[in-house]
Amino acid sequence: MSLQTAALERVIVRRRYADRLFRICAVLMLLIAIGTLATLLVDVFMAGAGRLSWQFVSSFPSRKPEQAGALSAIVGTLYMMTLTALFAFPIGVASAIYLEEYARRTWYARVIEVNIANLAGVPSIIYGLLGLELFVRAMRFDRSLLSGSLTMALLVLPIIIISSREALRSVPGSLREGSYALGASRWQTIWHQVLPLAFPGILTGSILAFSRAIGEASPLITIGALTYIAFLPDSLLSPFTALPIQIFNWVSRPQAGFHVNAAAAILVLLVILLLMNAAAVYLRQRYQKRLSF
Amino acid sequence: MPTAGETAFDIQNLNCWYGDRQALFNISLSIPDRRITALIGPSGCGKSTFIRCLNRINDLIAGCRVEGQVLYKKENLYAPGIEAISIRYRIGMVFQKPNPFPKSIYDNIAYGPLIWGVKRGPQLDAIVEESLKKAAIWDEVKDKLQQNAQALSGGQQQRLCIARALAVEPEALLLDEPCSALDPIATAKIEELLLALKKTYTIVIVTHNMQQAARVSDVTGFFLLGELVEFGETGQIFTNPKDRRTEDYITGRFG
Repeated sequence: MSLQTAALERVIVRRRYADRLFRICAVLMLLIAIGTLATLLVDVFMAGAGRLSWQFVSSFPSRKPEQAGALSAIVGTLYMMTLTALFAFPIGVASAIYLEEYARRTWYARVIEVNIANLAGVPSIIYGLLGLELFVRAMRFDRSLLSGSLTMALLVLPIIIISSREALRSVPGSLREGSYALGASRWQTIWHQVLPLAFPGILTGSILAFSRAIGEASPLITIGALTYIAFLPDSLLSPFTALPIQIFNWVSRPQAGFHVNAAAAILVLLVILLLMNAAAVYLRQRYQKRLSF
Repeated sequence: MPTAGETAFDIQNLNCWYGDRQALFNISLSIPDRRITALIGPSGCGKSTFIRCLNRINDLIAGCRVEGQVLYKKENLYAPGIEAISIRYRIGMVFQKPNPFPKSIYDNIAYGPLIWGVKRGPQLDAIVEESLKKAAIWDEVKDKLQQNAQALSGGQQQRLCIARALAVEPEALLLDEPCSALDPIATAKIEELLLALKKTYTIVIVTHNMQQAARVSDVTGFFLLGELVEFGETGQIFTNPKDRRTEDYITGRFG
């Protein structure tokens, strides 16, 4: 009996060691991840914070680094993201509703499904090439704000569809049945019961998708967005620039002053990104309904 | 076959499949009007599948296929051109697990009338009040109509769901094990309610609880492995079953 107890003791001690070891490893990995990010942020902050000023955010680009500003890039980014959201959000949510609520589980539904999942993993530069061919050349939108936002919309569409479907799927089936049992049509059930519950999830997923798009430079470079723009876009078809392109451009200049500008522009981009994420959290909290299922 | 009450549902040779699996085999029976019909049988015997064929809510399940005839008041529910939506308007349903919408008590009841075209206002208020009274829950909730319905107790939620079904003024009510998630007191309240409702509504109730079937129903059907083994007056089924399997089940020898 006592021998058995001793064996048991050994097993428990060994398990406790394994547990502790794993915990240390996990914490270490976390530190590496956070450390890298923190180093990056601190580095950018040290380099760029001093350059941030009203002059920087309200001036157009210039040949002289100390006079240059990011106004056209900031406005371009904001315009582009607004348009991207206008294009991608309704199409993405509607596609998700179709796939989740209407489509029968047939082989072509599965083909579409697999394709969307794959599209979410396609490198963004490929979307740039598609945008170049389709919007810039075939549709003759040129290197405009419209081309840029349509390209970005394509880029985020798969992510919006996937996250919206996830949100729709999380609505319990019993609620749908409750609605159908009263004679509600499919659309009434979706509009009155399913969407209100799925909305916070759809919103969160979409804003995360837009957060990814806002930092993308390569598709915009591919479609040929300009880097030097000394005016604000005044129509859908006017040329534009965006923050990632401006940053890319400044970083590749030889003068140190432009590198400082790039760091400052990165900070501006980060602030916009944080605001978007804050909006996502706020909206989610606000619309979240308590479900006691 | 029972003679009490005219026939509400006349079912002939009903077969149902989920994909390749056949869930119902040649079910034929007639359910009397304004009586309570109880369906009993072990889990997975097809009672729920059967009751879900009566308002065509099974249509929503991918891969579900129904063959045979379901006549309601002489009208074939599965005839081409018949809208499932209008069937569900006339034949209400209450589910096993209370499923109030995550909205206020008022909006839960108002939802059905609203989608059928009643406008917000005194008329809707009256419908809500009347439905809650019919479901014997008005006194408990009249002071908190704007509260979230999911804050109610399980028994209250289930009566709310019954009130919600009554709000569109159906002719029949299908209840799929409505008391299986409730305690005995809440169950007693629902049973009392059903006995009051059968004056106006045809009621079909699926239950695991044989005492419940014996207490509330006029007619009972016993299902086993997707077949209807026996169907008749409740008194006869419970005291003098014709089929050996029915007897074994109600005396607790299996199930």
